[in-house]
Amino acid sequence: MTHTDPVISHQDIVAAIRASTADVFVTMLGLEITAQDMHIEPTVTAAPSSGVVSLIGLAGNWCGTGSLACTLAFACRMASHLVATPYDSVNEDVLDAAGEITNMIIGNVKTVLEEKVGPMGLSTPTVIYGRDFQTRGARIHEWIIVPFTCGEERLFVQMCLAPNPDSHRNGNKETLRAGFQVPQVLTV
Amino acid sequence: MLDILIVDDSAAIRKILQRVLRQSEIPIGNIFEAADGNEAIAALKAQHIGLMLSDINMPNMNGLELLSHVKASENWKNVPVVMVSTEGSQAKVLEAVQLGAAGYVRKPFNADEIKEKLAKFF
Repeated sequence: MTHTDPVISHQDIVAAIRASTADVFVTMLGLEITAQDMHIEPTVTAAPSSGVVSLIGLAGNWCGTGSLACTLAFACRMASHLVATPYDSVNEDVLDAAGEITNMIIGNVKTVLEEKVGPMGLSTPTVIYGRDFQTRGARIHEWIIVPFTCGEERLFVQMCLAPNPDSHRNGNKETLRAGFQVPQVLTV
Repeated sequence: MLDILIVDDSAAIRKILQRVLRQSEIPIGNIFEAADGNEAIAALKAQHIGLMLSDINMPNMNGLELLSHVKASENWKNVPVVMVSTEGSQAKVLEAVQLGAAGYVRKPFNADEIKEKLAKFF
């Protein structure tokens, strides 16, 4: 296998996102969610452009970013279910919960994909919230977006992943270190 | 009764694990928290920790670096360390076991999994 072999398909990623998201929601939040049809967006992340976006970087023979996006209200609801404490506005606990839920979902997607592309490092999550913003990943070609519904609310789990052109240069040692900086551009 | 140290950069996970431990039948003493490996070492120095639960992906000092540090220490090498992480690959579990981890729980977890993994230490 070389670093340019397309060994992960969109279907692989979508299946892993669906299974992992359902597992995290049922096991940790006690919530049932329903997956909707996936779609692909060039460069820019999906709606909502207001709310909470949590981002985690992946690095190895393949690298990219995993992301969770939802409204402020749904972020509060997720946090309330996760830690069994009611939250009606966004605070540190709600952002921490969003980051951890993203970590669990993308972490388990990573574990599935590692069977095909070898080990990948996982960064710690970065969580952004506000109104009228877009997140863009530098050097990212496309996002695979899997929407979910939970009652009236929508949640978007997104991932961009591509062969790492640098992985062959250093034997993949440096790029595996978790905690690396994920290049992101925030447009307000 | 054992004092327990929970190491995770997520306050939500620390809170969940605290609740699971407190609601279990396990005879627990004090529960201490740390947000990364450096804080964990400070807690180990300050308290008499009998069991540690640790995440792997954390800033500053990750869980595997912390595990190596603990197992290399004369003072703490006998403290059982159970890893609680999203890292679920066989390679990562094997690495943790080879470094001296006494158990491994994959996130997401339920309360019964945590209790089952910890029961043997009490």
